[in-house]
Amino acid sequence: MLYTEKVMDHFRNPRNVGEIENADGVGEVGNAKCGDIMKMYLKIEDNIITDVKFETFGCGSAIATSSMATELIKGKSVDEALNLTNQAVVEALDGLPNHKIHCSVLAEEAVRAAIKDYYDKNHIDYDPDKFCNGDCCGCHANEH
Amino acid sequence: MIYADNAATTKASPLVKQVVLDTMDQFWGNPSSLHSSGQAAAEALYQARVDVAACIHAKPEEIYFTSGGSESDNQAITSAAYVGKLRGKHHIITTPIEHHAVLHTVEKLAKEGFEVTYLPIDASGIVKVEDVAAAIRPETALVTVMYANNEIGAIQPIAEIGALCRENKVTFHTDAVQAVGHIPVNVDADHIDMLSLSGHKFHGPKGVGALYVRKGIPLLSFIEGGAQERGRRAGTENLPAILGMAAGLKDTCQHMTDHMAYVSSLRDALIEGLSAIPHAALNGDRSRRLPGNVNFCFEGIEGESLLLLLDDKGVAASSGSACTSGSLDPSHVLLAIGRPHEVAHGSLRLTLDHENTMDDVNHILASVREVVDYLREISPVWRELQKGERNYVIH
Repeated sequence: MLYTEKVMDHFRNPRNVGEIENADGVGEVGNAKCGDIMKMYLKIEDNIITDVKFETFGCGSAIATSSMATELIKGKSVDEALNLTNQAVVEALDGLPNHKIHCSVLAEEAVRAAIKDYYDKNHIDYDPDKFCNGDCCGCHANEH
Repeated sequence: MIYADNAATTKASPLVKQVVLDTMDQFWGNPSSLHSSGQAAAEALYQARVDVAACIHAKPEEIYFTSGGSESDNQAITSAAYVGKLRGKHHIITTPIEHHAVLHTVEKLAKEGFEVTYLPIDASGIVKVEDVAAAIRPETALVTVMYANNEIGAIQPIAEIGALCRENKVTFHTDAVQAVGHIPVNVDADHIDMLSLSGHKFHGPKGVGALYVRKGIPLLSFIEGGAQERGRRAGTENLPAILGMAAGLKDTCQHMTDHMAYVSSLRDALIEGLSAIPHAALNGDRSRRLPGNVNFCFEGIEGESLLLLLDDKGVAASSGSACTSGSLDPSHVLLAIGRPHEVAHGSLRLTLDHENTMDDVNHILASVREVVDYLREISPVWRELQKGERNYVIH
């Protein structure tokens, strides 16, 4: 099998799919040209992510990593969510094929992009170098 | 499981399986041996050559058995190029929609100094004969154009291109891997000098194929050793596979007219049903098309997730998305016919054969509709298209 049971479970039954209207932070990363786009919506109260939803255009592992990333940050503080790494997503899914690791990078970037949007909207200071520019064809290229 | 990936490979038929087994029992001798066991194998091998030749209207001594379509393509193209070079010809004409066995061989030759012209391809995926005419030069060593495309099923004007090449005394090779056994192929009427075919595309075994080379066209050897295949391809012949392939091809060709009509009717029903999905488009020419080929792009979704969910619903298909090709770019064929990257990622290829039924078609239709709807529901691209924040490519 190409994917682990966990990946297939999150792909077949993705958690937290959809849109949050009036979200406190929205992040979109990837590029349709490259074949994957992830959009992450956050509801944040008192620095806690009270709700999170995602939409993904992409392969099985793109959908599964988005789903897992939402599970890993739901109920966590914004700072904790910022510390989410793509490795943590991969481990939670019991691994990904090598050529699919970029999907987990995209999931991490989607969370960060949504938090950046939340910071921007609320005029909270941050280090811009810590955030992806949202165009992640480069994420693909790095994996090959 | 509904198998709709017959362009990738076909299941060995019961007849083929029996022939493969029988060959291992009865003809296990080495065809190069002088004793009766070897000579029985040599006779069986010759009969296989006769049968394969008959299906494409060639002579038995014009058939060289190989390990498959890729080897046939490599040998034909490299040989024709090197022979041309000896005569001062260093120009090759091909198309951008060839199989990689052709494209990569041609790219390798380009690195060795050959000049390559890639013919323009229109939106329907068909080469224009006048473009071939315009590309031919005195120093053209080879024209190689596939008989029918493996992804979008487009059938090329092979007889016209063949006539043009014959007139200009240019060697003409065609990769007919997807055509042989599915549509009539006649190397004489089509003026073909070299032709590649593969056993597993018509219910034969994998790892075996053939190269047809017209008498009088030189063929260089790239596997040195014994004098097998008239010194053009050394190595003890894979008799079970060769005899299995010959049996499969003979059987397929005997039923070709009936199969073509039946499979085309399934294909047409599938195309009609899929066309009803909004923002979906057929890839490849509607009429000049292999009987079993259906290829669609669905806007707003990606092909790999489509395939995985179809597999869950018991439908085996394929896609030209980057994720399934293992590269960064989606299918070179879909890009060549003008599909933008984002749409090419959302392609689905369903390739039917005579073992499929109208019930299969109906199940495929229901499954594809359901999966496309679901994936669009969770796709940010689809949401943006619907909100008017992004423009549809397929209307």
